[in-house]
Amino acid sequence: MSIELKNVSKHYGSVSAVADITFSVTDGELVALLGPSGSGKTTVLRLIAGLETPETGGIFIRGAEVNNVPVRRRNIGFVFQNYALFRNMTIAANISFGLKIKKWPAAQIRARVDELAGLLELQGLLERYPHQLSGGQRQRVAIARALAPKPDVLLLDEPFAAVDAQIRQELRQWLVRLHHEIRLTTVFVTHDQEEAMEVSDRIVVFSQGHLEQVGTPQEIYEKPRNEFVARFIGVLNVLELEVRNGFARYEELEFPAHGLVDGQKMRIGFRPYNVQVSADPSACRHRAVLRRTYFLGVMLRLELELPSGLVIRSRISKEEYARLGLVDGGAVSFQIRTYRILSKEGGPLGSEVSTTHETAPYLGEGI
Amino acid sequence: MRAAFRSKTAREPEPLGGPLLVRWGLIAVAVLFSVIFLLLPLINVFAQAFAYGMDAYGRALKDPDTLSAVRLTLIVAAISVPLNVVFGLASSWAIAKFEFRGKMLLLTLIDLPFSISPVVAGLLFVLLFGASGVLGPWLQAHHVRIIFAMPGMVLATIFVTFPYVARELIPVMAAQGRDQEEAALTLGAGGWKTFWLVTLPSVKWGLFYGIILCNARAMGEFGAVWVVSGHVAGETDTLPLRVEKLYNEFDPAAPFAVATLLAFLALATMALKTFLEWKSRREH
Repeated sequence: MSIELKNVSKHYGSVSAVADITFSVTDGELVALLGPSGSGKTTVLRLIAGLETPETGGIFIRGAEVNNVPVRRRNIGFVFQNYALFRNMTIAANISFGLKIKKWPAAQIRARVDELAGLLELQGLLERYPHQLSGGQRQRVAIARALAPKPDVLLLDEPFAAVDAQIRQELRQWLVRLHHEIRLTTVFVTHDQEEAMEVSDRIVVFSQGHLEQVGTPQEIYEKPRNEFVARFIGVLNVLELEVRNGFARYEELEFPAHGLVDGQKMRIGFRPYNVQVSADPSACRHRAVLRRTYFLGVMLRLELELPSGLVIRSRISKEEYARLGLVDGGAVSFQIRTYRILSKEGGPLGSEVSTTHETAPYLGEGI
Repeated sequence: MRAAFRSKTAREPEPLGGPLLVRWGLIAVAVLFSVIFLLLPLINVFAQAFAYGMDAYGRALKDPDTLSAVRLTLIVAAISVPLNVVFGLASSWAIAKFEFRGKMLLLTLIDLPFSISPVVAGLLFVLLFGASGVLGPWLQAHHVRIIFAMPGMVLATIFVTFPYVARELIPVMAAQGRDQEEAALTLGAGGWKTFWLVTLPSVKWGLFYGIILCNARAMGEFGAVWVVSGHVAGETDTLPLRVEKLYNEFDPAAPFAVATLLAFLALATMALKTFLEWKSRREH
């Protein structure tokens, strides 16, 4: 079912939890609400569920306003961060709770519980109690319980935060598969940008109760609307430049003034994968020392230290690293292929600017 | 080798022997204290009760006034405990799960009976409902007897046992949080069903615990009930009042015989309490 929020605001006392939120989720979509803690993403999820009521604005499910519809009539499935399983009930009783409330016939309840146990790989656990299950199993029970009464919408609050890294990875892929199979409109909250990128069709980015940007993972990554989004999604080198003698400078780096006059300041940002590195100290424009290499799997992160002490991060593939013959502590040169003007903090981003000195080889996108 | 091992475990006593002496000294003090102040009096009650044989014991318990005291004690507990359960559930739910103005005030009020002498508590009701009390004349005109009758004793007992259930439940409810209830709501349950199916089962051990403590206090209360009872033998004597009366009549065995009933109540309460603690630990 489609969900729509129009100018929704909510306060707790004098503290604004979310302000003027507008976005929509189309039928069958998998959407991530992404932001740091305290950004209001969980409040938005609870507003959709009806666990909170908005002070202003409207929430629409399937086109109908649901502001005054109580939680239990919204037909949503909600998966809580700590699962909130009924501790005094068996797994079967947990899953069938919503069905009993809706007075399904016993035979149908049994069939539905078996069906979900199959879908969520919970066979053999049905007679156990929640405290006898592992974190990943509890998570799946929570999802089964939420799905049992056939909700129109599935809402998940930080669904993978409480399980360890390996299981988290499995659960993510599993959620994508599940969504693919049942095509249920799904909204989940996360503070993990990687998780949001991997799992969702679209991402809604929040910061301090405000909606920063809505878009596909690719749009959010490649065309961040402001500095917050750019910095929150992936790694960004940020420099604060001051124009002197017709060039915008920071330490030994200089950039075109872009119409600014001496004394004016501007901020620029560039992704690590836009920093091209060479082991030949004179091959590129700037000199630096390769201070440290971080191995992140297929991609490596390099920390380049300029003579002034300024540190720039670069990202290259393992093959590239081997081909260039880089070593920690060695002299290197680098250049910045493209950068964005972040005119001022929080404001819209400027257009992308390519440096004109050399045409750079394509090194591959970072994660 | 042994010295090296010892140095690794912080709780091992130092080899000088001094701390060992301290430990055994402390244990001895604790044991001695419980024997002198708890165990000996308890044994003494039973010894005195049976000193004149089983017949005297049986006779003392079969006395009509004593039987009436047993009945009254049970009735007072049967009324005040359930009322305190309802109140305790309502107030602990409100306090543990919602934010509202006056929450601290409500908490303080719940604790009030702990800090007021039961005699004063009884007196409050006499001053309110007694013949010369604020509402006395009106009650008399309508032939309602509260003071020196069972209603007054129930009121005094409720007052004194007021905090027991609530105080047990508040931390349990707070620890549960609202998650499970919200989950029930999202699954289509209304408030009443959520309470019966989710809230109540998850606090049941705490609730039982509160009930048995509340019950023990309700049956054993002396001061507050003494003030409002009027001491009418066979009518307004509860077990503790009956024990006092028999004792003042210099009866050699009867007060101890009746006191064994209260001692049995205490032992049963302790046994139940231990069982519940064991049971709830096993479930969580």
